[in-house]
Amino acid sequence: MLEQQLINALSLGSVYALFALGFTLIFGVLGVINLAHGAIFMLGSYSALLLVEKLALPLWLALLVAMLVAGTIGLVVDYLILRPLRARNVSHLIPMIATIGVAIMLTNLAQGLFGAENKRFPVGTIPEQSFNWGHLHLTELQIGIVGISVVLMVILLIVMRRTQLGRALRAIAESPRAAYLLGINVEGLFYLTSFAAAALGGAAGVLVGLSFNAISPFMGQPMLHKGIAVIILGGMGDIRGAMIGGLFLGFAEVLTVAYISSDFRDAVAFGLLFLILLVKPSGMFGKVLERKA
Amino acid sequence: MLEWWEGFWATYSAVVYGIGVNAMLALSIYVTLSCGLLSLANAAFMGIGAYAAAMISMQSGLPFPLALTAGAILPALVALIIGIPTLRLSGVYLAMATLGFGEVVRVIVLNMEVTGGPMGLNGIPLKTEFWHIALLLALTLYILGRIRRSKIGRAFEAIKADEVAARLMGVNVPAYKLFAFVLGAAIAGVAGGLNAHYTFTIGPNNYAFENAVDILTMAVFGGVSNLIGPTIGGTILTLLPEMLRYLKEFRLAINGLILIIVVLYLPNGIWDPRRIHAFWQRRKARKGH
Repeated sequence: MLEQQLINALSLGSVYALFALGFTLIFGVLGVINLAHGAIFMLGSYSALLLVEKLALPLWLALLVAMLVAGTIGLVVDYLILRPLRARNVSHLIPMIATIGVAIMLTNLAQGLFGAENKRFPVGTIPEQSFNWGHLHLTELQIGIVGISVVLMVILLIVMRRTQLGRALRAIAESPRAAYLLGINVEGLFYLTSFAAAALGGAAGVLVGLSFNAISPFMGQPMLHKGIAVIILGGMGDIRGAMIGGLFLGFAEVLTVAYISSDFRDAVAFGLLFLILLVKPSGMFGKVLERKA
Repeated sequence: MLEWWEGFWATYSAVVYGIGVNAMLALSIYVTLSCGLLSLANAAFMGIGAYAAAMISMQSGLPFPLALTAGAILPALVALIIGIPTLRLSGVYLAMATLGFGEVVRVIVLNMEVTGGPMGLNGIPLKTEFWHIALLLALTLYILGRIRRSKIGRAFEAIKADEVAARLMGVNVPAYKLFAFVLGAAIAGVAGGLNAHYTFTIGPNNYAFENAVDILTMAVFGGVSNLIGPTIGGTILTLLPEMLRYLKEFRLAINGLILIIVVLYLPNGIWDPRRIHAFWQRRKARKGH
Protein backbone atom coordinates (compact mmCIF):
# COMPACT_ATOMS: atom_id res chain seq x y z
CA MET A 1 0.00 0.00 0.00
CA LEU A 2 2.84 2.36 0.86
CA GLU A 3 4.36 2.05 -2.62
CA GLN A 4 1.07 3.13 -4.20
CA GLN A 5 0.91 6.16 -1.89
CA LEU A 6 4.46 7.08 -2.84
CA ILE A 7 3.58 7.03 -6.54
CA ASN A 8 0.58 9.30 -5.93
CA ALA A 9 2.74 11.56 -3.80
CA LEU A 10 5.37 11.80 -6.51
CA SER A 11 2.82 12.95 -9.09
CA LEU A 12 1.21 15.45 -6.69
CA GLY A 13 4.57 16.71 -5.47
CA SER A 14 5.97 17.28 -8.94
CA VAL A 15 3.01 19.50 -9.82
CA TYR A 16 3.52 21.48 -6.61
CA ALA A 17 7.17 21.81 -7.50
CA LEU A 18 6.38 23.02 -11.01
CA PHE A 19 3.96 25.62 -9.70
CA ALA A 20 6.33 26.79 -6.99
CA LEU A 21 9.16 27.07 -9.49
CA GLY A 22 7.54 29.98 -11.31
CA PHE A 23 6.60 31.54 -8.00
CA THR A 24 10.12 31.35 -6.63
CA LEU A 25 11.65 32.50 -9.93
CA ILE A 26 9.69 35.76 -9.79
CA PHE A 27 10.61 36.28 -6.17
CA GLY A 28 14.26 35.49 -6.78
CA VAL A 29 14.73 37.74 -9.79
CA LEU A 30 12.11 40.47 -9.40
CA GLY A 31 11.82 40.39 -5.62
CA VAL A 32 8.02 40.31 -5.86
CA ILE A 33 5.62 37.94 -4.10
CA ASN A 34 3.34 37.41 -7.06
CA LEU A 35 -0.05 36.55 -5.57
CA ALA A 36 -1.52 36.48 -9.10
CA HIS A 37 0.44 33.30 -9.85
CA GLY A 38 -2.52 31.17 -8.77
CA ALA A 39 -4.86 33.03 -11.14
CA ILE A 40 -2.41 32.60 -14.02
CA PHE A 41 -2.22 28.90 -13.18
CA MET A 42 -6.02 28.74 -13.40
CA LEU A 43 -6.08 30.56 -16.76
CA GLY A 44 -3.49 28.11 -18.11
CA SER A 45 -5.86 25.32 -17.25
CA TYR A 46 -8.81 27.02 -18.97
CA SER A 47 -6.73 27.77 -22.07
CA ALA A 48 -5.90 24.10 -22.51
CA LEU A 49 -9.53 23.16 -21.97
CA LEU A 50 -10.76 25.62 -24.60
CA LEU A 51 -8.09 24.59 -27.10
CA VAL A 52 -9.01 20.94 -26.74
CA GLU A 53 -12.74 21.58 -26.71
CA LYS A 54 -13.17 24.24 -29.42
CA LEU A 55 -10.17 23.68 -31.70
CA ALA A 56 -9.78 19.95 -31.07
CA LEU A 57 -6.02 20.35 -30.65
CA PRO A 58 -4.08 17.31 -29.45
CA LEU A 59 -3.23 17.46 -25.77
CA TRP A 60 0.53 18.07 -26.11
CA LEU A 61 -0.07 21.01 -28.46
CA ALA A 62 -2.76 22.40 -26.16
CA LEU A 63 -0.25 22.23 -23.30
CA LEU A 64 2.33 24.20 -25.28
CA VAL A 65 -0.16 26.85 -26.43
CA ALA A 66 -1.58 27.13 -22.90
CA MET A 67 1.95 27.79 -21.63
CA LEU A 68 2.31 30.53 -24.25
CA VAL A 69 -1.02 32.07 -23.27
CA ALA A 70 -0.17 31.99 -19.55
CA GLY A 71 3.29 33.39 -20.28
CA THR A 72 1.80 36.24 -22.29
CA ILE A 73 -0.57 37.09 -19.43
CA GLY A 74 2.40 37.14 -17.08
CA LEU A 75 4.28 39.40 -19.47
CA VAL A 76 1.36 41.83 -19.77
CA VAL A 77 0.94 41.97 -15.98
CA ASP A 78 4.62 42.70 -15.65
CA TYR A 79 4.58 45.39 -18.32
CA LEU A 80 1.44 47.17 -17.14
CA ILE A 81 1.77 46.87 -13.38
CA LEU A 82 5.11 45.68 -12.06
CA ARG A 83 7.28 47.80 -14.40
CA PRO A 84 5.88 51.19 -13.29
CA LEU A 85 6.29 50.10 -9.66
CA ARG A 86 9.91 49.04 -10.27
CA ALA A 87 10.67 52.44 -11.71
CA ARG A 88 9.39 54.04 -8.51
CA ASN A 89 11.44 51.93 -6.13
CA VAL A 90 8.60 51.16 -3.69
CA SER A 91 8.61 48.79 -0.71
CA HIS A 92 8.02 45.08 -1.34
CA LEU A 93 4.52 45.36 0.08
CA ILE A 94 3.19 47.51 -2.76
CA PRO A 95 3.78 45.16 -5.75
CA MET A 96 2.36 42.31 -3.68
CA ILE A 97 -0.87 44.23 -3.13
CA ALA A 98 -1.03 45.11 -6.82
CA THR A 99 -0.83 41.41 -7.66
CA ILE A 100 -3.69 40.77 -5.23
CA GLY A 101 -5.73 43.15 -7.39
CA VAL A 102 -4.68 41.25 -10.50
CA ALA A 103 -5.66 37.94 -8.89
CA ILE A 104 -9.11 39.23 -7.88
CA MET A 105 -9.66 40.63 -11.36
CA LEU A 106 -8.55 37.57 -13.31
CA THR A 107 -10.49 35.17 -11.07
CA ASN A 108 -13.63 37.24 -11.40
CA LEU A 109 -13.26 37.63 -15.16
CA ALA A 110 -12.86 33.86 -15.50
CA GLN A 111 -15.94 33.36 -13.36
CA GLY A 112 -17.94 35.77 -15.54
CA LEU A 113 -16.72 34.29 -18.82
CA PHE A 114 -16.65 30.58 -18.04
CA GLY A 115 -19.09 30.25 -15.14
CA ALA A 116 -18.40 29.29 -11.54
CA GLU A 117 -19.02 25.55 -11.92
CA ASN A 118 -16.41 22.84 -12.45
CA LYS A 119 -15.53 22.13 -16.10
CA ARG A 120 -14.18 18.82 -17.36
CA PHE A 121 -12.08 17.82 -20.32
CA PRO A 122 -14.08 16.11 -23.11
CA VAL A 123 -14.25 12.34 -22.74
CA GLY A 124 -11.27 10.63 -24.35
CA THR A 125 -8.85 13.54 -24.01
CA ILE A 126 -7.12 12.24 -20.95
CA PRO A 127 -4.94 9.19 -21.51
CA GLU A 128 -6.48 6.48 -19.39
CA GLN A 129 -4.21 3.57 -20.05
CA SER A 130 -2.66 2.20 -16.91
CA PHE A 131 0.04 -0.23 -15.96
CA ASN A 132 -0.09 -2.73 -13.16
CA TRP A 133 2.76 -4.43 -11.41
CA GLY A 134 1.35 -6.71 -8.81
CA HIS A 135 -0.77 -4.44 -6.63
CA LEU A 136 0.88 -1.27 -7.97
CA HIS A 137 -1.26 0.90 -10.19
CA LEU A 138 0.32 3.52 -12.42
CA THR A 139 -1.59 5.56 -15.00
CA GLU A 140 -0.21 7.01 -18.19
CA LEU A 141 -1.37 10.41 -16.96
CA GLN A 142 0.75 10.12 -13.81
CA ILE A 143 3.80 9.20 -15.88
CA GLY A 144 3.09 12.16 -18.16
CA ILE A 145 2.73 14.57 -15.26
CA VAL A 146 5.93 13.49 -13.58
CA GLY A 147 7.76 13.36 -16.92
CA ILE A 148 6.70 16.81 -18.09
CA SER A 149 7.41 18.37 -14.70
CA VAL A 150 10.85 16.81 -14.53
CA VAL A 151 11.73 17.88 -18.08
CA LEU A 152 10.66 21.49 -17.43
CA MET A 153 12.53 21.59 -14.15
CA VAL A 154 15.71 20.17 -15.65
CA ILE A 155 15.57 22.69 -18.51
CA LEU A 156 15.19 25.54 -16.05
CA LEU A 157 17.97 24.23 -13.85
CA ILE A 158 20.36 23.89 -16.79
CA VAL A 159 19.52 27.37 -18.04
CA MET A 160 20.10 28.87 -14.61
CA ARG A 161 23.32 27.00 -13.83
CA ARG A 162 25.06 26.49 -17.14
CA THR A 163 24.25 29.32 -19.53
CA GLN A 164 25.15 32.97 -19.93
CA LEU A 165 21.45 33.82 -19.54
CA GLY A 166 21.30 32.03 -16.21
CA ARG A 167 24.42 33.82 -15.03
CA ALA A 168 22.82 37.16 -15.93
CA LEU A 169 19.64 36.22 -14.07
CA ARG A 170 21.60 35.24 -10.99
CA ALA A 171 23.47 38.53 -11.18
CA ILE A 172 20.16 40.40 -11.22
CA ALA A 173 18.92 38.36 -8.28
CA GLU A 174 22.02 39.49 -6.40
CA SER A 175 21.68 43.17 -7.32
CA PRO A 176 19.74 44.63 -10.27
CA ARG A 177 21.75 47.84 -10.12
CA ALA A 178 25.13 46.13 -10.28
CA ALA A 179 23.86 43.89 -13.08
CA TYR A 180 22.76 46.97 -15.01
CA LEU A 181 26.17 48.56 -14.60
CA LEU A 182 27.75 45.38 -15.95
CA GLY A 183 25.80 45.88 -19.17
CA ILE A 184 23.08 43.30 -18.55
CA ASN A 185 19.72 44.12 -20.13
CA VAL A 186 17.95 44.04 -16.77
CA GLU A 187 14.54 45.22 -17.92
CA GLY A 188 14.46 42.69 -20.78
CA LEU A 189 15.36 39.86 -18.44
CA PHE A 190 12.63 40.93 -16.02
CA TYR A 191 10.12 40.50 -18.85
CA LEU A 192 11.63 37.15 -19.78
CA THR A 193 11.42 35.99 -16.16
CA SER A 194 7.79 37.04 -15.84
CA PHE A 195 7.00 35.22 -19.07
CA ALA A 196 8.83 32.03 -18.12
CA ALA A 197 7.43 31.97 -14.59
CA ALA A 198 3.86 32.41 -15.81
CA ALA A 199 4.38 29.76 -18.51
CA LEU A 200 5.54 27.29 -15.84
CA GLY A 201 2.49 28.22 -13.75
CA GLY A 202 0.26 27.64 -16.80
CA ALA A 203 1.83 24.23 -17.41
CA ALA A 204 1.17 23.30 -13.78
CA GLY A 205 -2.42 24.45 -14.31
CA VAL A 206 -2.91 22.16 -17.30
CA LEU A 207 -1.44 19.19 -15.44
CA VAL A 208 -3.57 19.76 -12.34
CA GLY A 209 -6.65 20.26 -14.53
CA LEU A 210 -5.93 16.91 -16.18
CA SER A 211 -5.15 14.99 -13.04
CA PHE A 212 -8.26 16.06 -11.11
CA ASN A 213 -10.32 16.64 -14.28
CA ALA A 214 -12.01 19.60 -12.64
CA ILE A 215 -11.33 23.16 -13.72
CA SER A 216 -12.89 26.07 -11.89
CA PRO A 217 -12.12 29.79 -11.50
CA PHE A 218 -11.28 29.17 -7.85
CA MET A 219 -8.66 26.46 -8.32
CA GLY A 220 -5.83 28.99 -8.15
CA GLN A 221 -6.26 30.05 -4.54
CA PRO A 222 -5.56 26.73 -2.78
CA MET A 223 -2.65 26.15 -5.15
CA LEU A 224 -1.26 29.58 -4.27
CA HIS A 225 -1.32 28.60 -0.60
CA LYS A 226 0.66 25.47 -1.37
CA GLY A 227 3.06 27.50 -3.48
CA ILE A 228 3.70 29.89 -0.61
CA ALA A 229 4.35 26.98 1.73
CA VAL A 230 6.71 25.34 -0.77
CA ILE A 231 8.86 28.39 -1.36
CA ILE A 232 9.16 28.96 2.37
CA LEU A 233 10.13 25.31 2.85
CA GLY A 234 12.72 25.48 0.11
CA GLY A 235 13.98 28.97 0.83
CA MET A 236 12.59 32.00 -0.98
CA GLY A 237 14.01 32.49 -4.44
CA ASP A 238 15.81 29.13 -4.34
CA ILE A 239 15.07 27.06 -7.45
CA ARG A 240 16.44 23.76 -6.22
CA GLY A 241 14.70 24.38 -2.90
CA ALA A 242 11.34 24.86 -4.66
CA MET A 243 11.68 21.50 -6.41
CA ILE A 244 12.60 19.58 -3.27
CA GLY A 245 10.08 21.56 -1.21
CA GLY A 246 7.31 20.75 -3.71
CA LEU A 247 8.05 17.04 -3.65
CA PHE A 248 8.35 17.13 0.12
CA LEU A 249 4.93 18.77 0.46
CA GLY A 250 3.40 16.22 -1.92
CA PHE A 251 4.74 13.35 0.18
CA ALA A 252 3.78 15.00 3.47
CA GLU A 253 0.20 15.57 2.29
CA VAL A 254 -0.35 12.13 0.84
CA LEU A 255 1.09 10.41 3.90
CA THR A 256 -0.99 12.58 6.23
CA VAL A 257 -4.15 11.65 4.38
CA ALA A 258 -3.18 7.98 4.32
CA TYR A 259 -2.06 7.55 7.92
CA ILE A 260 -3.54 10.36 10.00
CA SER A 261 -6.69 11.98 8.68
CA SER A 262 -7.85 13.62 5.49
CA ASP A 263 -9.27 16.45 7.60
CA PHE A 264 -5.80 17.81 8.16
CA ARG A 265 -4.63 17.71 4.56
CA ASP A 266 -4.79 21.48 4.15
CA ALA A 267 -3.18 22.13 7.50
CA VAL A 268 -0.06 20.16 6.54
CA ALA A 269 1.31 22.80 4.19
CA PHE A 270 0.85 25.66 6.57
CA GLY A 271 1.79 23.71 9.66
CA LEU A 272 5.09 22.87 7.98
CA LEU A 273 5.50 26.47 6.87
CA PHE A 274 4.90 27.76 10.36
CA LEU A 275 7.37 25.31 11.89
CA ILE A 276 10.07 25.96 9.31
CA LEU A 277 9.78 29.69 9.81
CA LEU A 278 10.17 29.37 13.54
CA VAL A 279 13.06 26.95 13.40
CA LYS A 280 14.90 27.95 10.25
CA PRO A 281 13.38 30.99 8.48
CA SER A 282 15.80 30.78 5.58
CA GLY A 283 14.20 27.53 4.44
CA MET A 284 15.61 24.04 4.44
CA PHE A 285 18.61 24.88 2.27
CA GLY A 286 18.89 28.65 2.28
CA LYS A 287 21.11 31.09 4.02
CA VAL A 288 19.55 34.22 5.39
CA LEU A 289 20.93 37.64 4.67
CA GLU A 290 20.20 40.24 7.28
CA ARG A 291 21.62 43.61 8.06
CA LYS A 292 23.12 43.33 11.50
CA ALA A 293 24.14 46.92 12.05
CA MET B 1 -39.77 60.20 5.66
CA LEU B 2 -39.82 57.89 8.66
CA GLU B 3 -41.18 55.09 6.54
CA TRP B 4 -38.48 55.62 3.93
CA TRP B 5 -35.89 55.55 6.68
CA GLU B 6 -37.25 52.32 8.11
CA GLY B 7 -37.19 50.69 4.71
CA PHE B 8 -33.68 51.93 4.06
CA TRP B 9 -32.45 50.74 7.45
CA ALA B 10 -34.03 47.32 7.05
CA THR B 11 -32.18 46.85 3.75
CA TYR B 12 -28.90 48.53 4.48
CA SER B 13 -28.28 48.23 8.23
CA ALA B 14 -25.96 45.28 7.58
CA VAL B 15 -23.93 47.47 5.22
CA VAL B 16 -23.68 50.24 7.82
CA TYR B 17 -22.63 47.70 10.47
CA GLY B 18 -20.14 46.30 7.98
CA ILE B 19 -18.56 49.72 7.52
CA GLY B 20 -17.91 50.04 11.24
CA VAL B 21 -16.54 46.52 11.61
CA ASN B 22 -14.34 46.79 8.53
CA ALA B 23 -13.00 50.16 9.66
CA MET B 24 -11.99 48.54 12.95
CA LEU B 25 -10.34 45.67 11.10
CA ALA B 26 -8.43 48.07 8.87
CA LEU B 27 -7.32 49.94 11.99
CA SER B 28 -6.20 46.67 13.58
CA ILE B 29 -3.78 46.02 10.74
CA TYR B 30 -2.78 49.69 10.74
CA VAL B 31 -1.42 49.22 14.27
CA THR B 32 1.04 46.55 13.18
CA LEU B 33 1.88 48.35 9.93
CA SER B 34 2.66 51.55 11.83
CA CYS B 35 5.29 49.54 13.68
CA GLY B 36 6.73 48.25 10.41
CA LEU B 37 5.23 44.76 10.74
CA LEU B 38 3.32 43.17 7.88
CA SER B 39 1.12 40.72 9.78
CA LEU B 40 -1.63 38.86 7.95
CA ALA B 41 -3.00 37.11 11.04
CA ASN B 42 -5.75 39.63 11.70
CA ALA B 43 -8.48 37.61 10.00
CA ALA B 44 -7.59 34.69 12.27
CA PHE B 45 -7.66 36.94 15.35
CA MET B 46 -11.02 38.26 14.20
CA GLY B 47 -12.20 34.65 13.96
CA ILE B 48 -10.91 33.74 17.40
CA GLY B 49 -12.67 36.79 18.85
CA ALA B 50 -15.88 36.02 16.98
CA TYR B 51 -15.97 32.39 18.10
CA ALA B 52 -15.09 33.25 21.70
CA ALA B 53 -17.77 35.95 21.98
CA ALA B 54 -20.41 33.93 20.14
CA MET B 55 -19.85 30.78 22.20
CA ILE B 56 -20.11 32.75 25.44
CA SER B 57 -23.35 34.37 24.28
CA MET B 58 -24.84 31.07 23.17
CA GLN B 59 -23.80 28.81 26.03
CA SER B 60 -23.98 31.10 29.03
CA GLY B 61 -26.26 33.94 29.95
CA LEU B 62 -23.41 36.39 30.37
CA PRO B 63 -24.12 39.95 29.18
CA PHE B 64 -22.91 41.15 25.78
CA PRO B 65 -20.12 43.47 27.04
CA LEU B 66 -18.52 40.52 28.85
CA ALA B 67 -18.73 38.38 25.71
CA LEU B 68 -17.05 41.16 23.71
CA THR B 69 -14.36 41.53 26.36
CA ALA B 70 -13.61 37.84 26.08
CA GLY B 71 -13.56 38.35 22.32
CA ALA B 72 -10.76 40.87 22.83
CA ILE B 73 -8.78 39.01 25.49
CA LEU B 74 -8.58 35.58 23.91
CA PRO B 75 -7.04 36.72 20.59
CA ALA B 76 -4.71 39.03 22.53
CA LEU B 77 -3.51 36.06 24.60
CA VAL B 78 -2.99 33.95 21.47
CA ALA B 79 -1.12 36.86 19.89
CA LEU B 80 1.09 37.09 22.96
CA ILE B 81 1.96 33.40 22.77
CA ILE B 82 2.63 33.16 19.03
CA GLY B 83 4.08 36.67 18.83
CA ILE B 84 7.14 35.94 20.95
CA PRO B 85 8.68 33.45 18.52
CA THR B 86 7.11 34.83 15.31
CA LEU B 87 8.02 38.49 15.59
CA ARG B 88 11.70 37.67 15.25
CA LEU B 89 10.94 37.32 11.55
CA SER B 90 10.93 40.37 9.37
CA GLY B 91 9.31 41.58 6.17
CA VAL B 92 7.93 38.97 3.83
CA TYR B 93 8.83 36.11 6.18
CA LEU B 94 6.58 37.51 8.90
CA ALA B 95 3.77 37.95 6.37
CA MET B 96 4.07 34.31 5.33
CA ALA B 97 4.32 32.99 8.90
CA THR B 98 1.23 34.90 9.99
CA LEU B 99 -0.57 33.70 6.87
CA GLY B 100 0.39 30.15 7.84
CA PHE B 101 -0.85 30.72 11.37
CA GLY B 102 -4.19 31.92 9.99
CA GLU B 103 -4.59 28.82 7.87
CA VAL B 104 -3.72 26.53 10.80
CA VAL B 105 -6.34 28.28 12.94
CA ARG B 106 -8.92 27.84 10.18
CA VAL B 107 -8.25 24.10 9.89
CA ILE B 108 -8.32 23.62 13.67
CA VAL B 109 -11.69 25.42 13.92
CA LEU B 110 -12.92 23.37 10.97
CA ASN B 111 -12.18 20.12 12.79
CA MET B 112 -13.27 20.96 16.32
CA GLU B 113 -16.56 19.79 17.81
CA VAL B 114 -17.30 22.79 20.03
CA THR B 115 -16.99 25.24 17.15
CA GLY B 116 -19.50 23.35 15.05
CA GLY B 117 -16.87 22.19 12.54
CA PRO B 118 -17.47 23.15 8.92
CA MET B 119 -21.07 24.16 9.71
CA GLY B 120 -19.88 26.87 12.06
CA LEU B 121 -22.09 28.37 14.73
CA ASN B 122 -25.72 29.08 13.94
CA GLY B 123 -28.29 31.03 15.86
CA ILE B 124 -25.99 33.52 17.52
CA PRO B 125 -28.24 35.99 19.39
CA LEU B 126 -28.57 39.32 17.55
CA LYS B 127 -27.19 41.67 20.15
CA THR B 128 -25.11 44.18 18.20
CA GLU B 129 -26.75 47.54 17.81
CA PHE B 130 -25.59 50.51 15.82
CA TRP B 131 -24.39 52.46 18.82
CA HIS B 132 -22.23 49.54 20.01
CA ILE B 133 -20.28 49.66 16.77
CA ALA B 134 -20.12 53.46 16.67
CA LEU B 135 -18.95 53.62 20.28
CA LEU B 136 -16.28 50.94 19.91
CA LEU B 137 -15.01 52.41 16.65
CA ALA B 138 -14.77 55.84 18.31
CA LEU B 139 -13.01 54.27 21.29
CA THR B 140 -10.54 52.51 19.00
CA LEU B 141 -9.82 55.74 17.15
CA TYR B 142 -9.40 57.61 20.43
CA ILE B 143 -7.01 55.06 21.94
CA LEU B 144 -4.96 54.77 18.75
CA GLY B 145 -4.86 58.57 18.44
CA ARG B 146 -3.55 58.87 21.98
CA ILE B 147 -0.96 56.14 21.38
CA ARG B 148 0.18 57.83 18.19
CA ARG B 149 1.12 60.98 20.04
CA SER B 150 2.70 59.18 23.00
CA LYS B 151 6.11 57.70 23.60
CA ILE B 152 4.82 54.39 22.23
CA GLY B 153 3.75 55.99 18.97
CA ARG B 154 7.14 57.63 18.52
CA ALA B 155 8.82 54.30 19.19
CA PHE B 156 6.60 52.64 16.55
CA GLU B 157 7.58 55.30 14.05
CA ALA B 158 11.27 54.89 14.83
CA ILE B 159 11.06 51.11 14.42
CA LYS B 160 9.18 51.50 11.13
CA ALA B 161 11.77 53.94 9.77
CA ASP B 162 14.84 51.92 10.78
CA GLU B 163 14.76 49.04 13.17
CA VAL B 164 18.50 48.88 13.77
CA ALA B 165 18.77 52.60 14.41
CA ALA B 166 15.81 52.43 16.80
CA ARG B 167 17.48 49.63 18.74
CA LEU B 168 20.71 51.61 18.96
CA MET B 169 18.78 54.57 20.38
CA GLY B 170 17.62 52.35 23.22
CA VAL B 171 14.12 51.51 21.96
CA ASN B 172 13.06 48.08 23.21
CA VAL B 173 12.17 46.85 19.74
CA PRO B 174 10.83 43.34 20.56
CA ALA B 175 8.59 44.65 23.34
CA TYR B 176 7.04 47.39 21.20
CA LYS B 177 6.52 45.00 18.30
CA LEU B 178 4.81 42.53 20.60
CA PHE B 179 2.61 45.30 21.99
CA ALA B 180 1.55 46.36 18.46
CA PHE B 181 0.81 42.75 17.54
CA VAL B 182 -1.28 42.09 20.68
CA LEU B 183 -3.16 45.39 20.39
CA GLY B 184 -3.98 44.68 16.74
CA ALA B 185 -5.23 41.21 17.70
CA ALA B 186 -7.48 42.63 20.43
CA ILE B 187 -9.05 45.19 18.06
CA ALA B 188 -9.60 42.55 15.40
CA GLY B 189 -11.14 40.26 18.04
CA VAL B 190 -13.64 42.92 19.16
CA ALA B 191 -14.56 43.55 15.52
CA GLY B 192 -15.11 39.80 15.12
CA GLY B 193 -17.31 39.67 18.21
CA LEU B 194 -19.44 42.57 16.99
CA ASN B 195 -19.69 41.01 13.55
CA ALA B 196 -20.78 37.61 14.90
CA HIS B 197 -23.64 39.19 16.88
CA TYR B 198 -25.38 40.67 13.87
CA THR B 199 -24.73 38.06 11.17
CA PHE B 200 -26.52 35.29 13.11
CA THR B 201 -24.10 32.68 11.77
CA ILE B 202 -20.32 32.33 11.46
CA GLY B 203 -18.14 29.66 9.90
CA PRO B 204 -14.44 28.85 9.61
CA ASN B 205 -14.30 30.13 6.03
CA ASN B 206 -15.27 33.64 7.10
CA TYR B 207 -11.77 34.08 8.47
CA ALA B 208 -9.58 32.64 5.73
CA PHE B 209 -6.78 33.92 3.51
CA GLU B 210 -9.16 36.01 1.38
CA ASN B 211 -10.36 37.89 4.45
CA ALA B 212 -6.81 38.54 5.63
CA VAL B 213 -6.07 39.97 2.21
CA ASP B 214 -9.29 42.03 2.28
CA ILE B 215 -8.29 43.60 5.59
CA LEU B 216 -4.85 44.50 4.28
CA THR B 217 -6.40 45.90 1.12
CA MET B 218 -8.73 48.20 3.03
CA ALA B 219 -5.86 49.62 5.06
CA VAL B 220 -3.53 50.14 2.11
CA PHE B 221 -6.32 51.48 -0.09
CA GLY B 222 -7.15 54.14 2.49
CA GLY B 223 -3.54 54.88 3.34
CA VAL B 224 -1.65 53.95 6.49
CA SER B 225 0.13 57.20 7.26
CA ASN B 226 -2.60 58.15 9.73
CA LEU B 227 -5.81 56.95 11.38
CA ILE B 228 -8.24 58.48 8.89
CA GLY B 229 -6.86 56.46 5.99
CA PRO B 230 -7.80 52.95 7.21
CA THR B 231 -11.21 54.21 8.36
CA ILE B 232 -11.96 55.68 4.93
CA GLY B 233 -10.50 52.62 3.21
CA GLY B 234 -12.76 50.29 5.22
CA THR B 235 -15.77 52.47 4.45
CA ILE B 236 -15.20 52.75 0.71
CA LEU B 237 -14.34 49.11 0.15
CA THR B 238 -17.47 48.08 2.05
CA LEU B 239 -19.66 50.41 0.00
CA LEU B 240 -18.00 49.72 -3.35
CA PRO B 241 -19.44 46.22 -3.96
CA GLU B 242 -22.89 47.60 -3.08
CA MET B 243 -22.57 50.48 -5.51
CA LEU B 244 -21.22 48.24 -8.25
CA ARG B 245 -24.11 45.83 -7.85
CA TYR B 246 -25.48 46.65 -11.33
CA LEU B 247 -22.31 45.18 -12.84
CA LYS B 248 -23.44 41.80 -11.52
CA GLU B 249 -20.83 39.12 -12.00
CA PHE B 250 -18.04 41.49 -12.97
CA ARG B 251 -18.13 43.72 -9.92
CA LEU B 252 -15.25 41.99 -8.17
CA ALA B 253 -13.16 42.55 -11.29
CA ILE B 254 -13.79 46.29 -10.97
CA ASN B 255 -12.84 45.98 -7.31
CA GLY B 256 -9.51 44.46 -8.31
CA LEU B 257 -8.98 47.07 -11.00
CA ILE B 258 -9.57 49.91 -8.54
CA LEU B 259 -7.05 48.31 -6.18
CA ILE B 260 -4.45 48.19 -8.96
CA ILE B 261 -5.10 51.78 -9.99
CA VAL B 262 -4.79 53.05 -6.43
CA VAL B 263 -1.53 51.17 -5.93
CA LEU B 264 -0.14 52.50 -9.21
CA TYR B 265 -1.22 56.11 -8.99
CA LEU B 266 -1.80 56.78 -5.29
CA PRO B 267 0.97 54.78 -3.61
CA ASN B 268 0.18 56.24 -0.19
CA GLY B 269 -3.52 55.41 -0.37
CA ILE B 270 -6.41 57.69 -1.16
CA TRP B 271 -6.08 59.60 2.12
CA ASP B 272 -2.63 61.11 1.81
CA PRO B 273 -2.52 64.41 3.74
CA ARG B 274 0.64 65.61 2.02
CA ARG B 275 -0.82 65.13 -1.45
CA ILE B 276 -4.12 66.72 -0.49
CA HIS B 277 -2.28 69.67 1.03
CA ALA B 278 -0.15 70.09 -2.11
CA PHE B 279 -3.30 69.95 -4.24
CA TRP B 280 -4.93 72.81 -2.32
CA GLN B 281 -1.73 74.84 -2.40
CA ARG B 282 -1.61 74.54 -6.18
CA ARG B 283 -5.25 75.53 -6.51
CA LYS B 284 -4.71 78.55 -4.31
CA ALA B 285 -1.68 79.57 -6.34
CA ARG B 286 -3.63 79.27 -9.59
CA LYS B 287 -6.53 81.34 -8.25
CA GLY B 288 -4.13 84.03 -7.06
CA HIS B 289 -2.99 84.76 -10.60
